[in-house]
Amino acid sequence: MRSRPAASSADTPVVATLARLYPFVKPALPRLIAGMICALGASLCALAIPQVLEYAVNGPLLGSVDAGDTSGVWFAVLLVLGLGILEAGLIAARRAFILIPGTRVEAGLRMSLFRHLQDLPIAFHDQWPGGQLLSRSMSDLSSLRRWLSFGIVMLVVNSTTIVVGIVLMIRMAAPLGVAYLIGALPVVFFSYRFSRRFRRISRLSQDQAGDLATTVEESVHGIRVLKAYGRGREAYRNFSSQADELRGTELSKARVLSMFSFAIMTISEVVLGLCVFAGVWLVVDGQMTVGALVAFFATAGVVNGPVERLGELVSMSLYAKTAVDRYFEVLDTVNEVTDPAEPVRVNAPRGEVTFEGVHFHYADAPPIDLIPAPTTVPSEAPREEVLSGVDLHIRPGETMALVGLTGSGKTTMASLVPRLFDVTAGSLRIDGVDVRDLTRRDLRTLVSIAFEDATLFSASVRENVLFGAPPGQDDQRDLERALTVAQALFVHDLPDGVDTLIGEEGMSLSGGQRQRLALARAVAARPYVLVLDDPLSALDVSTEEAVTEQLRAELERTTTLIVAHRPSTVALADRVAVLQDGRVTGVGTHSELLVSHDHYRFVISSLIEDEESELVGKVRS
Amino acid sequence: MKGVPATPSVPLGVQDEENSQLDRVHSKAVRRRSLRLLGSTLAPLRATFVGTVVLVVIAQATRVLGPALIALAVDTALPQAQAGNWGPAIWISGGYVLAAIVAGATTAAFIRLAARVSQTVLLDLRQRVFGQTQRLSLEFHESYTSGRIISRQTSDLEALRELLDSGVTSLASGFLYMVFTAVSLFVLDVQAGLVLLVAAIPVWLITRWFQKRSQVLYRISRVASARLIVNFVENMTGIRAVQAFRREDANNARYGALTEDYRANTARTMGLNGIYDPALQLTGNVTVAVALAFGGFRVLDGSLEVGVLIATLLYTKRFFQPVQQMAMFYNSFQSAAAALEKISGLLEEIPTVRQAADPVPLPNAKGALRFSDVEFGYGAGKVVLPNLDLDIPAGQTIALVGQTGAGKSTVAKLVARFYDVTGGSVTLDGVDLRELASRDLRRAIVMVTQEAYLFSGTVRDNIALAKPEATDSEVEAAARAVGAHDFILALPDGYDTDVNKRGGRVSAGQRQLISFARAFLADPAVLILDEATSSLDIPGERLVQRGLQTLLADRTALIIAHRLSTVAIADRVLVMSDGRVVEDGTPEELIAGDGRFAALHHAWEDSLV
Repeated sequence: MRSRPAASSADTPVVATLARLYPFVKPALPRLIAGMICALGASLCALAIPQVLEYAVNGPLLGSVDAGDTSGVWFAVLLVLGLGILEAGLIAARRAFILIPGTRVEAGLRMSLFRHLQDLPIAFHDQWPGGQLLSRSMSDLSSLRRWLSFGIVMLVVNSTTIVVGIVLMIRMAAPLGVAYLIGALPVVFFSYRFSRRFRRISRLSQDQAGDLATTVEESVHGIRVLKAYGRGREAYRNFSSQADELRGTELSKARVLSMFSFAIMTISEVVLGLCVFAGVWLVVDGQMTVGALVAFFATAGVVNGPVERLGELVSMSLYAKTAVDRYFEVLDTVNEVTDPAEPVRVNAPRGEVTFEGVHFHYADAPPIDLIPAPTTVPSEAPREEVLSGVDLHIRPGETMALVGLTGSGKTTMASLVPRLFDVTAGSLRIDGVDVRDLTRRDLRTLVSIAFEDATLFSASVRENVLFGAPPGQDDQRDLERALTVAQALFVHDLPDGVDTLIGEEGMSLSGGQRQRLALARAVAARPYVLVLDDPLSALDVSTEEAVTEQLRAELERTTTLIVAHRPSTVALADRVAVLQDGRVTGVGTHSELLVSHDHYRFVISSLIEDEESELVGKVRS
Repeated sequence: MKGVPATPSVPLGVQDEENSQLDRVHSKAVRRRSLRLLGSTLAPLRATFVGTVVLVVIAQATRVLGPALIALAVDTALPQAQAGNWGPAIWISGGYVLAAIVAGATTAAFIRLAARVSQTVLLDLRQRVFGQTQRLSLEFHESYTSGRIISRQTSDLEALRELLDSGVTSLASGFLYMVFTAVSLFVLDVQAGLVLLVAAIPVWLITRWFQKRSQVLYRISRVASARLIVNFVENMTGIRAVQAFRREDANNARYGALTEDYRANTARTMGLNGIYDPALQLTGNVTVAVALAFGGFRVLDGSLEVGVLIATLLYTKRFFQPVQQMAMFYNSFQSAAAALEKISGLLEEIPTVRQAADPVPLPNAKGALRFSDVEFGYGAGKVVLPNLDLDIPAGQTIALVGQTGAGKSTVAKLVARFYDVTGGSVTLDGVDLRELASRDLRRAIVMVTQEAYLFSGTVRDNIALAKPEATDSEVEAAARAVGAHDFILALPDGYDTDVNKRGGRVSAGQRQLISFARAFLADPAVLILDEATSSLDIPGERLVQRGLQTLLADRTALIIAHRLSTVAIADRVLVMSDGRVVEDGTPEELIAGDGRFAALHHAWEDSLV
């Protein structure tokens, strides 16, 4: 299986990217500039040392020979030593200055991304593959770090050297210098074209690397399925072709870079070659002195190195640029499930839940970089609604079961209560307050939820269960109570009891065990409203019975919305709501509904005749 | 995918992976292991590699030619031109242009070749790591987190990429340059050459120091980045729970601490470089000063010519020119070596469930299963199955019943060979599972679990996972058989609907239906259903069961279900407790009796409406 090919998104101008980056880099800017100054100083030293050597030998040292003492030698040695130490010192200083901007900016951006991702709604996470987020957080930001701590400094130093060099060359030998400058014009043209092509390719390679990371992640998370069907070979083949595609992109990136490098190196050098002849001609003609000619080429020699490195530095900068664009694409995603400007608080929560005319559909626009190249997404077309006008009133302290066919929107409806998604129309109120008028933190303190696919984190049992528990209470008692209610006392038999590490990095537990811990977690949070999404599906009959009994006592004063597939789960509820065609079509007790509601009977009863199940297909569609 | 070659000593593998302060012996061993890996990926590229080095040398040589040509122009061509002979000026100018084109072209060719080397090595390693993770048994995956594998495949390989891109080849050219310069210096003046030789001592000492320190720091860096990735992946995968339980702040603190660890360590490695690089530079500059003092006195003596002194000094200075580049290379080498240590460790792991050396083919399995004296425990943990004997004739449908922890799933996993027995044997049609070719095993035995994982891709892709060569109509037939066809058609693009990340848009029950359709399509001789219907609603379960009855008619099936409705279709029920079979019989027999199953059945009947 593979995710959709990533196509590059709208390209932003370099200036816009830099402007977006500016606030993050601003605090480190003085150090960055200091680093550049040191780097410039170091290059000057490096340039000066050979000159100074010649001067020291020809001047003071030879002066010593004439004077017959050693003071000249020592003077020359000290001069060279001093300059050498200065150069090393400047290099050390440059590195010391750059250290902070490089690492701090990277860490700051990484934290901002993490924070933002945790803040973004589930709808966002449903659409963005994990590998794409991870590659932004890791490799994109580290290419920015490398650029900040090396690329930009060298780019500025080299550009300065080139500009100063050319100015000097023009002053030394105007016609030759101007010729060299004219040679730079096609270079500017090539740079422009190169920049556009290289940006497109480097963006593509970064997107492909993200997709590759997604494939790796899925291949590990789905390892059981792959093993069960012996599909390792196919997965390997699929991964290989994806990795090969990335390789191809990288190679074409190298091709584009090689062409650019060829252009800038060859053009500048060819111009110099022509200057050799022109220079000789000018000298012969008497328009220029031999000294000026020598000085011109000496300076050209200094400028040459930076010109040669320009290709590499520009490509590094462009690569960092597209990486930063990718990063900001996520960071600038607007969160649609936000806290209100003036939040309301529920002062005396009772746990009354009201759905009023609730409509919901999933926003189907995929993330920008996942839109396949020729996009024909009919954005105007009416989207299919999952919920179309749900009205339901759950009284404080009541336990309401939610029953409906697979895919009828029960889980969606349950997810709306803690605002994992927002209703698209209508309103959902808790104790009369629209959930969108509460802060998410307050809301999720009132409401807690247990999912069918229980997520455990790499932490101890204790931490996993007390995940959302109110602080400052008697943790031990809370823990025991929650474990008892969820019939999860098996944890005491684990090697380290409740301190056993579980989750991916710890003991692996069975599906039923995981579900019970997730249930314990929801109970331990001491909510006013408890949402249980088919939390007992993996339990065996007797455990389910025990849990049911415990829950019944526990839920006495907690409002509960429980998604149910079985009569045994329904038995927990005071009343049952039937979800059908995106609406609640019936509310009542189990026995009332059994009598009055055909669809309910169809969904919940196992004792239906076989003929009736022939209808299933029709009802479903 | 070849098997892992047998190594004489027990390989270290990934154990101790997070320990960065290795003792000498281990440190050397893992370092050697990582270099061996690098060598083996570079070996097939020998010719290309040599080609790149040659290109670099040519490019360097033409670059050196430039200044020489200019000197020639000033010294000879100019006087000649003044005398009216323009020949040399034209020749030299033309030569310069030619050298420029050659230098540009070789550099361009070098960039391409170097990229080819680097990308080929990366592709090779990516494939090796991927193949290895697919090969490794579930036991391994249960303790080695997905985040760590992802970090091996991403940030570790990124470190290697930096090394390859920073130019193994420019190292070669730099080295050649230094050798040439040193030789020229010796030829010019042996004593000045000796000064340079002495300077090698501090360079060696500084490099040793750097190597020791950076080795540890880069190891820490790999571990820190892996932890960062593990934490990131875990929180993004579990984002529902994170948000529902308001864990954002606690996570920020944790992730913030990991980010800071990683940052501080990166800063430390950069700091180390901030000493190493200027120290080398300083050594070079001091050497020049020493050479100047040394030579200066000889000039005073009259034993050395001034011209020679200047030349030796310039050579000495030039000798240290590529040093900065070499330092950068050595630094990325250290970083890449630390990453390769982790990668080679993963590659060294020997799967506990291995393909037989000389597999027995079984193309058309009938499905007779037999457990003989089977003993099993997870890792070093307590024994789950103390001694199991079980004979399942081909075509029988077995229901496994019992409390959580009774060992039902373990039996299923042993049949699917997710694990190997610790004692005794499990056979299929009389062949030990460990002897079977894994192709035949996987074709014959398929397990459907409660956790119905969907890969990103279309619904069709997900069903066809069971049989990649399946036609569209086969896929649809399978979906129809389990009653998934209608809901799939109702999806926006039918079978071509992308299930998105983790099947986000498909409900848990629908996921299970898709996973069931997979099993139908696979059409195995032995089908294992481990809680595969738990999320289905009752009408859905009923449909699946009707499908099952036809499906299971002529094949062996092992069904684990808490819903006794599923059990009803079994030919035989096994009640398990503490890893033993305590009841064995047809459902009717057991219900009629007074055992556990009878009790369970009555309780279940009471719960029905």
